[in-house]
Amino acid sequence: MSDITLNSAATVPEAAPRKAPVSQVGIVGWLRTNLFSSWLSTAVTLLLAYLIIRWAVGFVEWAFINAIWSVPNNQTQACRDLKGTGACWAVITEKHRFMLFGTYPYEEHWRPFLVCLLFVGLYIVSAMRRFWRWELALVWVATLTVIGVLMWGGVFGLTYVPQERWGGLPITLILATFGLAFAFPLAILVALGRRSSLPAIKAICVLYVELIRGVPLISLLFMASVMFPLFLPEGMNIDKLLRAQIAIILFAAAYLAEVVRAGLQALPKGQYEAADALGLSYWQKTGFIILPQALRLVIPPLVNTFIGFFKDTSLVLIIGIFDLLTAGKTAIIEPAWQGFGVEVYVTIGAIYFVFCFAMSKYSQNLEAELNRHRRR
Amino acid sequence: MSETMTAEYVASAARTDAPPAITLDKVNKWFGALHVLRDVSLQVAQGERVVVCGPSGSGKSTMIRCINRLETHQEGRIIVDNVELSDDVRALDAIRREVGMVFQSFNLFPHLTILENCTLAPIWVRRMPKAEAEDLAMHYLEGVKSPEQAKKYPGQLSGGQQQRVAIARALCMKPRIMLFDEPTSALDPEMIKEVLDTMIGLAADGMTMICVTHEMGFARTVADRVVFMDRGEIVELGTPTEMFERPKTDRLQMFLSQILRGH
Ligand SMILES: Nc1ncnc2c1ncn2[C@@H]1O[C@H](COP(=O)(O)OP(=O)(O)OP(=O)(O)O)[C@@H](O)[C@H]1O
Ligand SMILES: [Mg+2]
Repeated sequence: MSDITLNSAATVPEAAPRKAPVSQVGIVGWLRTNLFSSWLSTAVTLLLAYLIIRWAVGFVEWAFINAIWSVPNNQTQACRDLKGTGACWAVITEKHRFMLFGTYPYEEHWRPFLVCLLFVGLYIVSAMRRFWRWELALVWVATLTVIGVLMWGGVFGLTYVPQERWGGLPITLILATFGLAFAFPLAILVALGRRSSLPAIKAICVLYVELIRGVPLISLLFMASVMFPLFLPEGMNIDKLLRAQIAIILFAAAYLAEVVRAGLQALPKGQYEAADALGLSYWQKTGFIILPQALRLVIPPLVNTFIGFFKDTSLVLIIGIFDLLTAGKTAIIEPAWQGFGVEVYVTIGAIYFVFCFAMSKYSQNLEAELNRHRRR
Repeated sequence: MSETMTAEYVASAARTDAPPAITLDKVNKWFGALHVLRDVSLQVAQGERVVVCGPSGSGKSTMIRCINRLETHQEGRIIVDNVELSDDVRALDAIRREVGMVFQSFNLFPHLTILENCTLAPIWVRRMPKAEAEDLAMHYLEGVKSPEQAKKYPGQLSGGQQQRVAIARALCMKPRIMLFDEPTSALDPEMIKEVLDTMIGLAADGMTMICVTHEMGFARTVADRVVFMDRGEIVELGTPTEMFERPKTDRLQMFLSQILRGH
């Protein structure tokens, strides 16, 4: 059969490619197929366009045109006179330092500020595949040490700041970074343990995951902050932030472990067998063959969980830790500024969004890059 | 394919004077209640080439997978290269280093390049320096006529190319014994020949081989002995000529007629 096709192709002169009809290509074509393909879709398009434009105009008026950007010494009457038609960004101008750094001593704010920059720098460096070498672990240890020194002080002429006075964005970043940095390796071990052929290890891992997943994070945090100290000997007191941190790590690890396990299960059995047949040891097989493939498969749900936990750190407010969200709430307790919650929450929401969106975008890139080998 | 079928018999390198490479002695295996290997006994001499055939589900894969302990047997003894298979981890490591395996579904590591596929085990199991492992890998890739694929990923190769690379990957561990589990069954007909040719080359070099396959032409060309299995038993065993031209049992006769009709 292939002979026939070949011959006919040789004898019949090749037809010149024709251009596709105008209605199919370019912006016009796109609009037609996607927005105006029938009278119903045209109607929906117009209605939605009207709503979107109205809302956008309203938002611009509120956020920019009618907005008040600053007021003289806490005189918020001008803001109140707007009656909601314009944003009172003055609350941000006035309170942003408190929102970002909580009750950290005012004149020392450069320290938590530097800490936030260090965190962001650490994220950027860690995100670059170029730096994915074992030295990166040293960079992490060094950076986190510097962060600890900056926050606590008490050395190098820095005044000591007790942990109760920390607050705002650094707390959120500390909880999220330490939380995921410890939870992720733990999760991998638990996921591997759940598939272990050793019954004891398997049972412990299953018990751990099911127990932790079975209770809400809030109750874990309560346990960490209220009940846990009751079991400790008199006089021994583990820092409250550390207790919350441990609760978050344990909670995140249980969820991440299930995500990782999904990846392990998705791998064909042949990959395990080929590695075994080549004589690779368990850890060589796991490290070189199984995990690299399993983790690539689960990047989307993994990042989904990461993002969820970044935001869940805000639950520490119920045990009185001053993270970004709590600091924002506290900032508007003062009578003069009561009632400007929207502005504060929009701002805090924007900060969360920047971090989460960056994670999301990065994961998309990483996924595309790491799965290059699947492309033909 | 016809070329392979009529190719001349490749001289055997089987050495009956040396101790056997593989000994199976009354091996029994159950999957749950299912008795899949029943008193299987077989000796393979060094340099000998054994082809295993038999109907689907007869336990061919299970038998050769017991030899490098991808499956564990429950009764009987398996001795590979003078080491008895047991729960001893060191014995297992030693055996897996000496026994290479090629699978029906290739099982290349898709996230590693062809070269990395070939060098991983020599570097980490044999502790070979990287440069040396790469030279060795290129040597065997040339042996299977795929040196130009070294920098590609398995997904970019055809099935036949992948299987040849899988053979090279196993050879890079310098095994003394090679196991093949239906290496050509997942391939399109036009790719079967290139893989069989590679295996014939290997046989000519004197490798001890056990090969599960239904390629009768291949069996005639290289096999010293053919083993016919059915329902977990070795039913008949002999040279290819004996087996294919004068089958003694009805079961083998029936199996052969089915194979011939199928082709
Ligand atoms: N992991 C397993 N668990 C349970 N039963 C199994 C398992 N692997 C194989 N079996 C069963 O053992 C028997 C022998 O299987 P085996 O794969 O060795 O047959 P085979 O001769 O290789 O067949 P095929 O030609 O289809 O590959 C079959 O009945 C099969 O269903
Ligand atoms: Mg099989």
